[in-house]
Amino acid sequence: MQHELIPDATLVRNYMSGQEAALEILILRHKQKIYSFIYSKVFDSDIAEDIFQDTFIKVIRTLKRGAYNEEGKFLPWVMRIAHNLVIDHFRKSNRMPKFDNAGEFNIFSVLSDSTLNAEKRIIKAQVEDDVRRLVDELPDDQRDVLMMRIYKDMSFKEISERTGVSINTALGRMRYALINLRKIIEKNNIVLTN
Amino acid sequence: MAKLYSEKSIKNLNRLEPKDETVKFLLDYSKALSVISCKSLKFETLLN
Repeated sequence: MQHELIPDATLVRNYMSGQEAALEILILRHKQKIYSFIYSKVFDSDIAEDIFQDTFIKVIRTLKRGAYNEEGKFLPWVMRIAHNLVIDHFRKSNRMPKFDNAGEFNIFSVLSDSTLNAEKRIIKAQVEDDVRRLVDELPDDQRDVLMMRIYKDMSFKEISERTGVSINTALGRMRYALINLRKIIEKNNIVLTN
Repeated sequence: MAKLYSEKSIKNLNRLEPKDETVKFLLDYSKALSVISCKSLKFETLLN
């Protein structure tokens, strides 16, 4: 009961400063929510168990390296890691289809649909949404160049004419835009592949 | 019968939790893992 009084942020800080017991409280507090979330996606208790374990291994490593920035969002952060690992799992199992030894013939093992299924559509929409939000984080000048180059397919010459800067400046802005995007992606552990 | 089935499934949903062994493994892993910083580099060591 008393554990409920200690906020996640404090526990995270305590754990990062070496108190192992804080991690136990965090895991026990959130294990059901995180495990249920994973299970609701994979519908297999063994796989859910594996992903749950991998999620917390990632959490532990990030916290121990001091690479976590506490903003009072511990659970959403862990959920995000779990979500990314679930996507990784589906991606891997798509690449290496497993033989489903359920005892009876499964017609879906020989039929395939080349159009995006519901899961892939969701992932695609999510990736696009993430990219859009990442691009919004960029400074205006870098965002403008990136939008013109990637989305409007303009050449750097056209971009330099439109924005009134030299081609080299436009190239530099594009370069910094990509560097900054990578930085944001790395900082937030975002997986942007479909 | 239908009622019995639904009661069972609700019960199962509430029991959606990782195994105790998994939690114990994570706690042991955490205790075994230490990160050593050297200038700008960080090294992980796992003590068994």
